[in-house]
Amino acid sequence: MSVQVKQRRRGHVEPRPEGAVQEVAHQFEDIGQQNESYIVGMWSFLVTEIMFFGGIFMTYIVYRTKYPQTFTIASGELDWKAGFLNTLILLTSSLSMAFAVRNAQLGKRWRTLLCLGITILCAFGFLGVKTVEYSTKWAHHLVPGPNFHFSRHGGEQAAPADRGTSFVEDASPETSGGGAKPEGEIPQHEAQLFFGLYFASTGLHGVHVIIGIILLAYWGGLVQFNARAARDFIPIEMVGLYWHFVDIVWIFLYPLLYLIGSPKL
Amino acid sequence: MDVTTTEPSSARKNYLNWDHSWQSWLFTLDHKRIGILYLISISAMFFLGAVAISLVRVELATPRGDLVESETYNKLFSAHGIIMVFFFLVPSIPATLGNFLIPLMIGARDLAFPRLNLLSWYLFTIGGGFAMTAFITGGVDTGWYFYTPYSSTYSNNQVALTIIGVFIAGFSSIATGVNFIVTIHKMRAPGLTWFRLPLFIWAHYATSVIIVLGTPVVAITLLLVLLERAFRIGVFDPALGGDPILFQHMFWFYSHPAVYIMILPSMGVISELMAAFTKKRVFGYSFIAFSSIAIALLGFLVWGHHLFTTGQSMYAGMVFSVLSFLVAVPSAIKVFNWTATIYKGQVEFTAPMLYALGFIGLFTIGGLTGLFLAAMAVDIHLHDTYFIVAHFHYIMVGGALFGYLGGLHYWWPKITGRMYPEGWAKLAAGITFVGFNLTFFPQFILGQMGMPRRYHFYPEEWQALNVLSSAGASILGLGYAIPLFYFLWSLRYGKLADANPWRAVGLEWRVPSPPPAHNFDEIPIVVWEAYEFVPEDADEAEQDREAMPGVPAGGHE
Repeated sequence: MSVQVKQRRRGHVEPRPEGAVQEVAHQFEDIGQQNESYIVGMWSFLVTEIMFFGGIFMTYIVYRTKYPQTFTIASGELDWKAGFLNTLILLTSSLSMAFAVRNAQLGKRWRTLLCLGITILCAFGFLGVKTVEYSTKWAHHLVPGPNFHFSRHGGEQAAPADRGTSFVEDASPETSGGGAKPEGEIPQHEAQLFFGLYFASTGLHGVHVIIGIILLAYWGGLVQFNARAARDFIPIEMVGLYWHFVDIVWIFLYPLLYLIGSPKL
Repeated sequence: MDVTTTEPSSARKNYLNWDHSWQSWLFTLDHKRIGILYLISISAMFFLGAVAISLVRVELATPRGDLVESETYNKLFSAHGIIMVFFFLVPSIPATLGNFLIPLMIGARDLAFPRLNLLSWYLFTIGGGFAMTAFITGGVDTGWYFYTPYSSTYSNNQVALTIIGVFIAGFSSIATGVNFIVTIHKMRAPGLTWFRLPLFIWAHYATSVIIVLGTPVVAITLLLVLLERAFRIGVFDPALGGDPILFQHMFWFYSHPAVYIMILPSMGVISELMAAFTKKRVFGYSFIAFSSIAIALLGFLVWGHHLFTTGQSMYAGMVFSVLSFLVAVPSAIKVFNWTATIYKGQVEFTAPMLYALGFIGLFTIGGLTGLFLAAMAVDIHLHDTYFIVAHFHYIMVGGALFGYLGGLHYWWPKITGRMYPEGWAKLAAGITFVGFNLTFFPQFILGQMGMPRRYHFYPEEWQALNVLSSAGASILGLGYAIPLFYFLWSLRYGKLADANPWRAVGLEWRVPSPPPAHNFDEIPIVVWEAYEFVPEDADEAEQDREAMPGVPAGGHE
């Protein structure tokens, strides 16, 4: 990659089959300056995104420190398998996104389109799984609001002992301060806080996935229908950076929300 | 480098007259036109905010609350704060002067992302529209910092609409910040190294760093308040185990640095004015440059001084107190260096210079009273009193706004191609200075005596000082109104300005006034240092001396 950057800095672009060159916008002197500006701009934007999600991760840290027992127990109600599936889906989409960027750099339009298509499909797959998860939470009264009621779904039949909840049991005497409550009986309002955070963070992430789909579809459309735009691989590279960022957010959200409790195997 | 021309601006195509259609303005990608769009929008916002506060000042002329109801009073000062902070001060200098000047000063044809720049203006306008709708349809009474749980749970007025407006305006700010960072990194003319940059650019770079790091945090914070109002997710609601203080931490993590978003660009303007009107290189160039960066970074570590009385741990308070004191160091470095620049300079008391000198004095008072508030024990007494109101108005009005007005006068000939009337401008600068001090100095005394801010009525014995303050406000209002009239007047009747009416140095003065749409016929190659006042500039100046008012003959090195 560093070799490419050097080439661009000298004003050259990699030779591509179509023999096309990028167009330089009026404010730039040469293509190297333009490409570098776009990439630096995208990274600066991603810094703002990190600070944006940083706010919500900070909130998570504060309340997980404050209510550790609630968080571990409430987390057990999330479907870690669905989350795992979604992690796989997003990682796959990142792979195809990386291929899309490479193919765009090489000027291979149809391969670029194919890869972008796979990425979009994965994104829809992710949203589909998420929809199922959300509706399950709704059915179990786990959406914050007047109907919120936390009960250990599926946990009633299984005795606490045979769930392998060593983490919770170890943690509760030291951390929960106010006397060890029977497992599963956590204050409703604290559970609501956990699910509030769950919906806020995964919801925000979902919005970013939707924006990603729109961007991917837009640039995919340009690659398909606009030969001039197809020559410029930098927008695809920028969308790629965005998409990997969205992935990374999920990589953090998944363990923090789904895996801190006692997964039901 | 022979782009300087003396032909009248009307005969030449420039960024203003190449196309007069409204589409050419509303869909422009030219950073100079977007700067003008911003100038119009924020001026409108400024006068709306001023109307709100003048009602407050009229109300406070008598101890009894006899003009408006308490609730209306709360809505008035909230409207004033929200408009002035989010829709005037934050975008003021960066979005107008910064937008206009950064590409000119670094020898670029435009900002790196012209469409993003236009988008930022639209976002600003839409955000402003939301806020205005909120004010018209019932107003908001939370104050400009939306403290929870009042804003999230109890307030029954247009908090949601206002927050959406501020949220959207935040993205406009982010767009500007990203644009500036990339432009300053990647678009500098050949030879224009970092230490040849005007200090205005350094200040805007530091500002952009704060915008990029801070604004997203307030965005997520306000979004959480919205979610709290809409869905009761509970993060700021004590009834659900949430912590309202967490809101204050997250809010001030942005909003304290936001103070530096407002003041740093103004400091950049002052550096330019000091060099131009002393005809000297700014003393301690690199110290001023790095103090901007230091303020930007330290600014992120001091938010806790807003929470000294809010149940924050004493030890956290001590750390925040020390760090807040540290901010005084880079601020003082700037003030001392500006003062040293004046020494043995060829000082010209033009209107911009008057504003700049006013800035130095008022900013010093504002800064030093800030130290009172950074001291924990003193803050217990002064917290939420008029002392703090006076303190931050000395920074925001005496500092940021004076810098903005000074800069606007200084670059007015570049922006419009016309000179403003110097006599009127000096008068306005004087009136503003007097009015400002008369308005806010009594508030220091009131605050020290214990008058709390945001109260609708007050004991009789404080009336004299309050009347003084209200009287000062009316003088201050006059000081703002005069420039509005003569700036508009000068658009048509002002004397034509040549490319460099102040005999200043800097790339922006090497292009015609107003600049052509593409800024530079040929991108300059910079082989000189910043603020390099050399004799050849003086020679060049002799040629068109008649076109420059306010500069004494032979006043060049």
